[in-house]
Amino acid sequence: MSNLLNLEVKKIVETPPEEIERVKEWINTDEYREKNFARQALVINPVHACQPLGAQLVAHGFEGTLPFVHGSQGCASYYRSTLNRHFREPAPAVSDSMTEDGAVFGGQNNLHEGLENAYSIYKPKMIAVFTSCMPEVIGDDLTAFIKNAKQKAIVPKELPIPYANTPSFNGTHIHGYDSMLLSILQNLTEGKQIEGRCTGKLNLIAGCDFNTGDYREYKRILKEFGIPYTVLADISDTFDSPCDGTYNIYAGGTKLEDAADSINGKATISLGPYATPKTFGWIKDNYSGKHVSMPMPIGIEKTDAFIMKVAELFGKEVPASLKNERGRAVDAVTDSHQYMHGKKFAVYGDPDYLMGYVSFLLEMGARPHHILCSRGSKKVEKELQALLDGSMYGKDCTIYMNKDLWHLRSLLMTDAVDAVIGDSHGKFATRDAKVPLFRFGFPVFDRVNKHRYPLIGYQGTVNMVTEICNKFIDIKDETCEDRFFELMR
Amino acid sequence: MSDKIRKIEGITKESTQAMIDEALSVYPEKARKKRAPHLAPNDAASGCASVKSNKKTVPGVMSARGCAYAGAKGVVWGPIRDMVHVSHGPVGCGWYSWGTRRNLMSGITGVTSFPMQFTSDFQEKDIVYGGDKKLKTLLEEAHELFPLAKGISVLSECPVGLIGDDINSVAKSSAKDLDIPIIPCNCEGFRGVSQSLGHHISNDTIRDYIIGTREFAEPESPYDISLIGDYNIGGDVWSAKSLLEEIGLNVKSVWTGDGELEKIAATHTVKLNLIHCYRSMNYMCKVMEEKFGIPWLEFNFFGPTKIRESLRAIGARFDQNIQDKVELAIAKYEPIMQAIIDEYRPRLEGKKVMLLVGGLRPRHTIGAYEDLGMDCVGSGYEFAHTDDYDRTAPEMPDATVVYDDPSEYEFEKFADALKPDLIGSGIKEKYVFQKMGIPFRQMHSWDYSGPYHGYNGFEIFARDVDMAVNSPTWKLVKAPY
Repeated sequence: MSNLLNLEVKKIVETPPEEIERVKEWINTDEYREKNFARQALVINPVHACQPLGAQLVAHGFEGTLPFVHGSQGCASYYRSTLNRHFREPAPAVSDSMTEDGAVFGGQNNLHEGLENAYSIYKPKMIAVFTSCMPEVIGDDLTAFIKNAKQKAIVPKELPIPYANTPSFNGTHIHGYDSMLLSILQNLTEGKQIEGRCTGKLNLIAGCDFNTGDYREYKRILKEFGIPYTVLADISDTFDSPCDGTYNIYAGGTKLEDAADSINGKATISLGPYATPKTFGWIKDNYSGKHVSMPMPIGIEKTDAFIMKVAELFGKEVPASLKNERGRAVDAVTDSHQYMHGKKFAVYGDPDYLMGYVSFLLEMGARPHHILCSRGSKKVEKELQALLDGSMYGKDCTIYMNKDLWHLRSLLMTDAVDAVIGDSHGKFATRDAKVPLFRFGFPVFDRVNKHRYPLIGYQGTVNMVTEICNKFIDIKDETCEDRFFELMR
Repeated sequence: MSDKIRKIEGITKESTQAMIDEALSVYPEKARKKRAPHLAPNDAASGCASVKSNKKTVPGVMSARGCAYAGAKGVVWGPIRDMVHVSHGPVGCGWYSWGTRRNLMSGITGVTSFPMQFTSDFQEKDIVYGGDKKLKTLLEEAHELFPLAKGISVLSECPVGLIGDDINSVAKSSAKDLDIPIIPCNCEGFRGVSQSLGHHISNDTIRDYIIGTREFAEPESPYDISLIGDYNIGGDVWSAKSLLEEIGLNVKSVWTGDGELEKIAATHTVKLNLIHCYRSMNYMCKVMEEKFGIPWLEFNFFGPTKIRESLRAIGARFDQNIQDKVELAIAKYEPIMQAIIDEYRPRLEGKKVMLLVGGLRPRHTIGAYEDLGMDCVGSGYEFAHTDDYDRTAPEMPDATVVYDDPSEYEFEKFADALKPDLIGSGIKEKYVFQKMGIPFRQMHSWDYSGPYHGYNGFEIFARDVDMAVNSPTWKLVKAPY
């Protein structure tokens, strides 16, 4: 027999069962954990995806906008199917299908042909272009390419084509969110600032948030206040669209006109500080009115901060309806605190979500025992540590920066917790550790309708508390001895 | 192959061509010219492809296609359960393809099987300075943390080929150092026109690095076969394998669903290769035929009609002993199948289905729908070649529309015109059509159900098709006001 490696031909030997048993035990040990944490190069089961995914999410948040991937076509299929699976909704996006010749000649021909076809077939009001690896590695000049497309009248001059460089080998999906959002806002607001004009509106940016319920909740809260608003990159109607017998390729999104006029807003608030540093920095320098960047309002305290900030920005009292809503949410958490108090959690996710989870757990008297961030800066770590330091329930909790879900598995097996908060990918580790996984993050591929239930605001707190406490009660009912099985819990 | 040419009432070559022309009318001229040869009425009598295929996707039209990496990771290499499959490059490709194909695996996760995401998570510095050093370290780490892994595949993502890394030489030296097979696979996503080239490249790496490096410990038997091109979606392999074993065959290796590296490496000693997904693995069947003289046979395990035909064709390659067992199996299962058909067929008779799947199912599942009384009124592939379309022509009713790598717009237009009662396609298409109120089943992933292969599979398939077509929820789509 021949083979390229010139390896000798061996008989197949099955691994002895005792060896399998040994390794099975070994991967749960402290010794293994140490080896696992010593990894330098290999990443196993990361929590983060790549930049263009976040860019596509933003693009879907604007009226009539077609996301356009400049790069290999497989990339577009991956982003689309990820969004399809999470939202159980369509995620229309095109790619210009760069191949080998693109590597040699650059991607301008593909981009131009793609723009022409996409515009003719799908009739978008805006095309949001972002890049995957290939054009980033070969150094395509998007600015020139798009300028040329308009000069050659491949697409109408007035068609907005914001574009963002979103290399997958740098940052994560939240950075792609930031770059695309910045580019869209820069494009749409160009020349729209009018001296002395004020829309009287609040511009709200939710951050790289994959929960359509959150967007609807923000809007509801602002309606309660009676504050006019523009939610920028509003994906709620795009990814929570009605099933009524018709398919609308552009089912939702911020009106382009509103986005353009957002530069004349009364105030702008970003609730995803880690997903919008560039965008917010630019807004601060360019938008009229006041500018605030603050944490996602997850949990009572962070929601309070958000509500008070909105009241302050618009010089309004907090309406009675929201005060009552707060009271009801607090009622829900005090009624159920006993089921969460002292429970140890492991949490993982994007920085903005993480701040919310940790803050929420601490205010419930639960312990965020392992806090794992797949990609994050020193600043993220510092802010998390400050949250822990501010509560006695944060004592002995540990932050693991730039670690993955195989690290998490080691943590769960050697230093047990009662539950985990994260996304669907954690289910393998939590099954091995025999603890529940609360799917509050992104993506959720294995439960229905989770994206419709907000995490933010007072209602979000009620949703989280309800899900968590009832699960713990279910576990007790399912696992307790018969003599302790009783009606009331 | 069906023996008579079927017609669908109201569908003629002219009506189909008019539908195609209408769909293409919004396209710019250049795109229309490129797309036109990929769309045509079926010519059942010719038994030949009526469309062009395996060409570059037209930019900007919204294709359903993936890339060569997807073909290598998702299809050929990824399902081998006892290996570590490294997505070499940035984090995304591996993340998106992690657990999303439903190629189920037995074994203990992290110990003997590895349905996980391994990546080198390239950063800017890896692009600038190259990733070979990182790869070498990573391979050592993988071997240390997963000592029972039988080998490692290194699946290149776009940047690797563009920056000129030499994964082949890293693999070669690390394989020697670690004393396990390490297979470099240059399957960058920009190569070729679809997933299909990824299949081919992966087949070639199996040829070059794997086949012939192992031998089975037990003595050979005349009934040794290999099951090729079954990826164990929702447990398909387990269903197919038990049926093949029931007719007396020894399934020595499976390519590659729930597959084991060493058994794949010893496939060159089997007596017959049975291939289900011709598109993704015909290459290796041909190689094994040329190099080792192993004959191969295509078969179809969707639906009782095709299963019966296939079992008999398989039996004919063996002695009376196997042929007797084939007849016993058919006699045992057909009454059960008939009972299933009796239950569902009255509710499905005459219903129309449209298909758009990868490289096999757009033709292979037609018989199963027909067993349930349904008609296929349109079919096409993401990444098939001419030989696939040749095989499709006789399976489809005459004059029905054949579409190669259709855009979402074309597919939508055809569905609009043909008003199917069911569409079988992928996740990207699913919600588009469900919004339109058209029942839909994902036919890549079996929509989180399955298995669909074999007699066991047909029962589930029939239930699922009925559930989709006849769900009372579709009646709620139109508001009464």
